[in-house]
Amino acid sequence: MQKALVIDPGKCTGCKQCEMACSYEKDNEFNVAKSRIRVFEFHEDGKFVPYTCTQCAEAWCQQACPVNAITTDAASGVKLVHDNLCVGCKVCTIACPFGTVNYNSTTGKVIKCDLCFGEPACEAACPTDAITYQDIDQTGFDKMKMWAKQSADGAEPSGPNPPVAH
Amino acid sequence: MVNSMHYVILGAGPAGVTAAETIRAHDKTATLTLIGGEPEPPYSRMAIPYLLHGSINEHGTYLRQDDNHYNALNVNYKHGFAERLDPQNKQVHLKGGEAVSYDKLLLAVGASPISPPIPGADLPGVHNCWTLADAREILKLADKNAPVVLVGAGFIGSIVLEALYQRGCRLTVVEIAPRMVARMMDETAGGMLGDWCVAKGVDVVTDTRVEEISTTSGGADLAVRLSNRNLIPAKLVVMAAGVKPNTAFLDGSGVELGQGIKVNNFLETTAPDVYAAGDCCEGIDLSTGKPDMLAIQPVAVEHGRIAGKNMAGIKTPHEGSLNMNVLDTMGLISSSFGLWQGTPGGTTASLTDSSKFKYLKLNFEDDRLIGAQCVGMTDHVGMLRGLIQTGFRMGEWKDKLIESPELLREAYLAVAQGATISGPTGPRVSTPVVD
Amino acid sequence: MGWHRKILRINLSKGTVDVEPLNMEWAQQYLGQRGLASKYLINEIDPKVDPLSPDNKMIFATGPLTGTAASTGGRYSVITKGPLTNAIACSNSGGYWGAEFKFAGWDMLILEGKAEKPVYLTIMDDKVELHDASEIWGTTVWHTDDWIKTKHQDPMMHIAAIGVSGEKEVLYSAIVNDLHRAAGRSGVGAVMGSKNLKAIAVRGTQGVAVKDGKTFLKATMDGKKVLAENAVTGQGLPTYGTQVLMNVINEAGAMPTRNHRDVQFEGSHDISAEAMHEPRKTDGKKNLLTNQACFGCTIACGRISKIDENHFSVKNKPEYWHASGGLEYEAAWALGSNTGIDDLEALTYVNFICNEQGMDPISFGATVSAAMELYDLGLLTTEHTGGIELKFGSAEALVKCVELTGKAEGFGKELGMGSLRLCTKYGRPDLSMTVKGQEFPAYDSRGIQGMGLTYATSNRGACHLRSYTVSSEILGIPEKTDPLATEGKPALVKAFQDATAAVDSAGICVFTTFAWTLEDIAPQVDAACEGGWTPDRMMEVGERIWNMERMFNMQAGFTGKDDNLPPRLLSEPAKTGPAEGRVNGLEKMLPEYYQLRGWTADGVPTNETLSRLAV
Repeated sequence: MQKALVIDPGKCTGCKQCEMACSYEKDNEFNVAKSRIRVFEFHEDGKFVPYTCTQCAEAWCQQACPVNAITTDAASGVKLVHDNLCVGCKVCTIACPFGTVNYNSTTGKVIKCDLCFGEPACEAACPTDAITYQDIDQTGFDKMKMWAKQSADGAEPSGPNPPVAH
Repeated sequence: MVNSMHYVILGAGPAGVTAAETIRAHDKTATLTLIGGEPEPPYSRMAIPYLLHGSINEHGTYLRQDDNHYNALNVNYKHGFAERLDPQNKQVHLKGGEAVSYDKLLLAVGASPISPPIPGADLPGVHNCWTLADAREILKLADKNAPVVLVGAGFIGSIVLEALYQRGCRLTVVEIAPRMVARMMDETAGGMLGDWCVAKGVDVVTDTRVEEISTTSGGADLAVRLSNRNLIPAKLVVMAAGVKPNTAFLDGSGVELGQGIKVNNFLETTAPDVYAAGDCCEGIDLSTGKPDMLAIQPVAVEHGRIAGKNMAGIKTPHEGSLNMNVLDTMGLISSSFGLWQGTPGGTTASLTDSSKFKYLKLNFEDDRLIGAQCVGMTDHVGMLRGLIQTGFRMGEWKDKLIESPELLREAYLAVAQGATISGPTGPRVSTPVVD
Repeated sequence: MGWHRKILRINLSKGTVDVEPLNMEWAQQYLGQRGLASKYLINEIDPKVDPLSPDNKMIFATGPLTGTAASTGGRYSVITKGPLTNAIACSNSGGYWGAEFKFAGWDMLILEGKAEKPVYLTIMDDKVELHDASEIWGTTVWHTDDWIKTKHQDPMMHIAAIGVSGEKEVLYSAIVNDLHRAAGRSGVGAVMGSKNLKAIAVRGTQGVAVKDGKTFLKATMDGKKVLAENAVTGQGLPTYGTQVLMNVINEAGAMPTRNHRDVQFEGSHDISAEAMHEPRKTDGKKNLLTNQACFGCTIACGRISKIDENHFSVKNKPEYWHASGGLEYEAAWALGSNTGIDDLEALTYVNFICNEQGMDPISFGATVSAAMELYDLGLLTTEHTGGIELKFGSAEALVKCVELTGKAEGFGKELGMGSLRLCTKYGRPDLSMTVKGQEFPAYDSRGIQGMGLTYATSNRGACHLRSYTVSSEILGIPEKTDPLATEGKPALVKAFQDATAAVDSAGICVFTTFAWTLEDIAPQVDAACEGGWTPDRMMEVGERIWNMERMFNMQAGFTGKDDNLPPRLLSEPAKTGPAEGRVNGLEKMLPEYYQLRGWTADGVPTNETLSRLAV
């Protein structure tokens, strides 16, 4: 059974702990500008939407890569960018219709969420369970639908959201 | 049951390789022959610039990094160059006399560089930058500080430019059009790229033709004479004046040609059991719904998948591919999507900050995004593809974007959340389906 | 680590931008933010300087935990000499601005001089620019925020700005960042206005590194767990916000009402957290939409509210129909109980305007309530107010007052002076509920005795955030003390003052201390930056900061006589509730407090104390 990040924007308070956890995990510094997950704020609706890669079953980024630098981890279903193979051509960044593969000008490679190899730092850091990591037996398309449905359901914030002790 | 089906795939670029993999996924026992026109294992032309600037070796350009990939798939990969197609007898005749019989054939033969009729274009030291063989020749000449003339500043030329710059060559770029990347971006964006190049010490000469290439006294070096009468010395001239589909061998075959090989929605050519995919064929452009030449890697892969499925008997229509490009010009990253030129009567949202080399232009038809261009912007740009390809209605966000184009990420999330992802009126996105 | 070790110094008169190394020796003595920036300020300005003159400086400062994963680690402070008080001012704010500024690669921003014409500042990593602000001068914080983001086409910017009130030097004008978080008190917005600086927009991509990542993550994770499991920070604050206090304080008989004439408000339920959660009778919707966290905060006490679109305050004004920062307890009290107004929607609207125009709702509300008392006594009339019938309980009057004061127009100009100057002008300075010119917050010191000493001795004038003894006296944190007793309060106040000064210097929010002690905080600070930070060292730093601030105020002209409360609290007994018949026992607490502080009987720090603390 594969697991996926399940995001419930209605529970998000906009604290950005996920962004910090992500950037620390990946870059060893707290730098939200480099986070693979990003919280978008819709101020006038009082809404916060954490957003990252859904690990599509058959991923656009992967198909677009000219040198096979994005592979699927068989166990987790994660689409993984191999830095040693990535030439930095950025085709995946325009091919991903979710915009969740991004170019890192410091390394000259692309970066995307890799679920931290099964222990997503963002999920661990989320104080309100807006981000959870759950068993999920669905294809990429279903994941997309689920994501969209949740987002739509979460169109009205379900707060106030107290923190959850892990 | 013995499976006697023989699939032949002519061309081992992204379209051919993807098609082979797709067929194999659906037909475990058929005979599969993949014929490449070049001696190397299937590789990616897109990766050649990175080979030139040394960030990868030749192996790094290979489409599949596992050397045993084709064996493992039981795909017979061989070298050969098609000379003639005989659809009546279902045979492809290769150079050297061999005839390969097929039950179903995919033409994924790609394109080749155009050789403009320039006197001296055949001199030693003048090279295309298209194949690994070309790359090896260029590597011999493109030393640090070597004077290099690059002919053509289209998309491919600009990618090659980046590689030559990285190698430290002293570059002059000659472009016949009034600006760089004229078929990918508008004047504002092309102008920004030009200014950026000049600021980086690259000489960009637009609106100018190369009249003649000649050897200088001694014969080792070249001189490039331009239509503006300037004479530019060069150790190496790289030609990047465009490409044309490799369809010459189809003359007389009965396969109908237009700009490229004509195909229907199932990527079938006019010859029975002959399909076409990738740079050599006229696939549907998602933006116009009409056939067009979209010679880019992601489209080749899409064609390969769809052709492969249809060949394997799974009827899969091609609903169209989105034209898009991304370019890194010495650190300035630009991209364009769909109808980047806009349409008559459509509305646009744009922001331009020349001092920061930043540009974003969004084209709408009604309240749908149909095209976009970006310069100096990379974060979440794929969302532009998502918005164009799905055709989500932007509603109030269209006006917000006209006011502030940079809100496109918020706009994407807002409309993508509100919209249905599937259904009869849903997106035109052909989502990947699990095979 | 924890620090970038870089300061940005901008002289607005000259238009110069300089980069300086952070004084790391001082960072060891004063930690950061409040302490360290105060050290810089005191070192650089004449204590007697006119706060609104170009010779005053203002510092935007972060702490070592700002921009890290420490819970609430997104704070910054504005340190300057305050025009409302003429004392040292240090106003602390959350939102995202502080972290973003730190991400741009800076620890502190020192602003000097005065721009010739209105300007705004952009800080994009190391690219720092001043721009002409003539198109936004005279507009609100909300407009400015939108305009700058649109102008620079960067929705990810975070902007701290002043409204018209700050430009016009309303003495309690605030600096508002991220639309509704504020460096609220003491008139820091007026200082910014006096410098012709409209806004500071920041965007950073540099990140913040910490000294010992592994230890830091462990310490901050432990800290977050403590916050989540605590009843106040894990349930009360996220669910009800600071408004959780409304009914509690009212029942304790410590709810200042109608300019402190009363200590309980009959309408408190109607403006409480519970009311914000209940569907409105008018449209069936709740005032409260959700809670919002500041950067890095795992408590998320912030309120996001929407006003009833048919309420008189916003009728036909769709620009106020969207969600924005809702009522915090202090604002609900100052705008509500203290003016006798129980109209939740009106208070939410007035709070929106305070955010939009950049005003401290505590001082604004308290000034209006003082004016209402003057009106009640006939000392102010509709002639003075321009026709406003300034009666206690009138939401219409309050709404007009906020609209006028936000723009410093008409009677709003008078209200913009603050209650002390207003009451003095109309002959009754005794009716101003202030200390050192700054209005009280939401706790009547007759019902919570320790708060009397807190207010009287606060270095920035009356303030609850300098030693929140309510925590102990009402909530029992860290241990329960009797709110009606004066015994033990001097030591309590001193301990809270010192600990709070340290917390305010670390880059985190003081609300964490409902759950955290310095035992929880010191390991986070220590793993973030050099210095061997222990709880004891933090207390020592806190005490050093307190004495340093005190010395500045003394040099600015304050004496022990200013450690006082208005006569009403010392001589008019509370009329109802548990504190009925009581006044504040300041005279019993103050001498002991001085003694505990190592100050003379006149409240002057002795040389011995100063040298012990190396001030």
